[in-house]
Amino acid sequence: MANPTLHDLQHPGSEEAHVPHHPFLQHHFEDLGQQHEASTLGMWFFVAQEILFFGGIFAAYTVYRVMYPAAWSAGAHHQNWRIGFANTIVLIASSLTMALAVWGAQGAKRKFTTLMLVLTLFLGMTFIGVKAFEYREHIHEGLFPGSAFTYVDHEHPELTRGVELFMLFYFIMTGLHALHMIIGAGLLIWFIRRSWRGDFGEEYYSPVEIMGLYWHFVDIVWIFLFPLLYLIH
Amino acid sequence: MTTTTIDDAPFIEPSATAPRNYLNDEYGVLSWLLTRDHKRIAVLYAISVTVFFMVGGIIAFMMRLELLTPEGDLFTSDTYNKLFTLHGIVMIFFFLIPAIPAVLGNFILPIMLGAKDLAFPKINLLSWYIYMIGGSFGIYVIITGGVDTGWTFYTPFSTQYSNTHVFAVTLGAFITGFSSILTGLNFLVTIHRMRAPGLTWFRLPLFVWSMYATSVVIMLATPVLAITLVLLMVERTLHVGIFDPALGGDPVLYQHMFWFYSHPAVYIMILPGMAVISECVAAFTRKKIFGYKFVAFSSLAIAFLGFLVWAHHLFVAGISIYSAMVFSFLSMIVAVPSAIKVFNWTATMYRASVSWQTPMLYVLGFIGLFTIGGVTGLFLAALGIDVHVHDSYFVVAHFHYIMVGGTIMAYLAGIHYWWPKITGRMYPEWWARLSALLVFVGFNLTFFPQFLVGYVGMPRRYHAYAPEFQVLNVLSTAGATILAAGYLLPMIYLFWSLKFGRKAGTNPWGAVGLEWATSSPPPKENFHETPVVTWEAYDYPAFLKAMRETQHG
Amino acid sequence: MAHAPDHADHVGHGPAHHRAPIGMYLAVFVALMVFTVLTVAASRVNLHQWNTPIALAIAVIKATLVILWFMHVIHSPRMTWIVVISSFLWLGVLFVLTFSDYLTRGWPIY
Repeated sequence: MANPTLHDLQHPGSEEAHVPHHPFLQHHFEDLGQQHEASTLGMWFFVAQEILFFGGIFAAYTVYRVMYPAAWSAGAHHQNWRIGFANTIVLIASSLTMALAVWGAQGAKRKFTTLMLVLTLFLGMTFIGVKAFEYREHIHEGLFPGSAFTYVDHEHPELTRGVELFMLFYFIMTGLHALHMIIGAGLLIWFIRRSWRGDFGEEYYSPVEIMGLYWHFVDIVWIFLFPLLYLIH
Repeated sequence: MTTTTIDDAPFIEPSATAPRNYLNDEYGVLSWLLTRDHKRIAVLYAISVTVFFMVGGIIAFMMRLELLTPEGDLFTSDTYNKLFTLHGIVMIFFFLIPAIPAVLGNFILPIMLGAKDLAFPKINLLSWYIYMIGGSFGIYVIITGGVDTGWTFYTPFSTQYSNTHVFAVTLGAFITGFSSILTGLNFLVTIHRMRAPGLTWFRLPLFVWSMYATSVVIMLATPVLAITLVLLMVERTLHVGIFDPALGGDPVLYQHMFWFYSHPAVYIMILPGMAVISECVAAFTRKKIFGYKFVAFSSLAIAFLGFLVWAHHLFVAGISIYSAMVFSFLSMIVAVPSAIKVFNWTATMYRASVSWQTPMLYVLGFIGLFTIGGVTGLFLAALGIDVHVHDSYFVVAHFHYIMVGGTIMAYLAGIHYWWPKITGRMYPEWWARLSALLVFVGFNLTFFPQFLVGYVGMPRRYHAYAPEFQVLNVLSTAGATILAAGYLLPMIYLFWSLKFGRKAGTNPWGAVGLEWATSSPPPKENFHETPVVTWEAYDYPAFLKAMRETQHG
Repeated sequence: MAHAPDHADHVGHGPAHHRAPIGMYLAVFVALMVFTVLTVAASRVNLHQWNTPIALAIAVIKATLVILWFMHVIHSPRMTWIVVISSFLWLGVLFVLTFSDYLTRGWPIY
């Protein structure tokens, strides 16, 4: 633009008139502050729709748990709470490293941020690996719903159908959660590269911040899934 | 190259540079397919939703032809099942929901805010591609043999018994949902964070308020549909019993979750229509909208209350009678904010010198038809009457009065109102008025008989019917013919006007609003200078005074 | 900072500069660990109908910790609070109205 904008006229000394463009400032924003606020707010709206997305299946889960309490309890006994407990710790630790990565980016600590992102990725992949191991065990026991479901509850045969329903919810809920983790892991790989390259600093850290919001949200889903799927009395 | 006349812009200096605009800024197919300009994306959407509207319209016309006679003579009952299913899916998911937000909202909203673009231009383009991917599943299903579940995909028929393409079409609806989520997200952030200096919340045009309410509904309802369709697809693939009572599931849960989205989806369709109506009423009465704040907050009230009424679709599905009473009461409450809007628009028109251009004709049509649709909605909210007319043509007529008489009327009003801004050309006024008349007459002739025939007991979704219903059905089909002519006319003359229409100039209506302060078509960055807003929305008294002074001074 | 001070009329301003001390993150992490152990411990004892409410209450506390401190909501603008609260409110609508059906189906009809 050849002419100075009205904004420049009203705020001499601001923005492009005197300071060169920040390389990551997009053209339709006035300044990095506006860009930061837009992207974090956008991520919060995204998280809001994720809450309703997972909320829908939590509602369906609750309906059937109220309908079939005994089958739910029987189904949960096929979960190894020790593995779930260990995995919960792994995931919460990854949330800590993610939070520290944001903290590092805010302070322009390039190596620290990158290290924390790598640790987050490592812990996330550990979680996925453990989950895959659990899935393999369940499938082995014939607990995968549908035609592969060969399990019969010998003590209470009438619960078999309910256990299948429980396992169905188990697989859908943890599966969608794992899918979100995998997407997050893909993003992390990209962010590790960007962080190492030195893209982030005191003025421009919003990508790491919104990555963090996403990762923490996925963590929160698990915080509810763990007691609801592993710890039914 | 088209040139635009730069004339009576009241507060923006004419640009000294060549009159380049968003249409001639770049050339080539790729410059459209990879564009991040919200205006070009709006044009892409306009073309795509028009195609889907034609597909859905042709299917509707085939149904009306079948219903001309009581016997099922044109199609078998199976084919007819597929026709009404595809008509519903195409019209709702691929036309009505994206139509006004993604076309008019995309184009006008950032300009109304004085912004250069939406907050996330790449996501905006992405949402069009997602929409097209979802839409191509719809087209694929139509070509390969259709789907026969009804647009609601009720279980367990859709998961266990139907042998049509249920999976593909639900996947298409699931994918398209993300397109509208991303559009809603983009609008919300843009409204919050991209307003021009001085543009406070109560200076916003009511279009923006309504789009805001729409986006809230999209963001909070669509994900629940997404998870519901995931459950449906899982059940259909694995043959397990989430919703199948034979396998321990509860089919009513599917209906609860489906309508938690799909009732608010009605407000996703009608709120943007109300957005357009508010703009047109102000522009063609040259007055401030009566009770601005009431109209603004009634949009938010509709957005919230619209979430509390869904189970009125389940009154005969076996839900608890106590729950049904609560939902019946709440469904009547939601009529209040809608009525507030109607009263305020009419109060604005009271003792105004109204100019009867085409958009205003559509507005009048909207107000009348929406009121009929709304009042019959109250009938249906009442438990006893709903049990009587449930799944009859009375229901069909009711929701067509809202969706066609409301949303499509408003969409046509908006298209005509902003056509000069979008293309830089005027549409031919005489032809446009004729088409508005045809649409109004054709619409009423199509759907009013359906109220009558439904009330005396003709059920929906059958290709054959008892002979005593024939007279009213013939009237309805005759109306559909007129309606089709009314819809075809604009497609022809709007296309014609692209080349032969009169040049529009910056502000052909003499309307206030930021979109009328920039040239037609707008430049790529919308404004040559970021505008500073010092006036309230629809400040016609001040605007007209300023105009007079400019002319005399 | 290379930024202009807040514009009087504009909603935007510089990035949120609040940077919490690193100890805060560690403290929240420890609290989350304690609650995780607590939830497992509580599930090992039979508290009859109280097992599920206690497990859910602990989960809510943990989620609140993550939202407020890890996700920085505690230092965020009012708008973020509104988004978070209203999404849970809407989820509440889904639960309450759905269960208004399921929990009253057995009620007598006069």
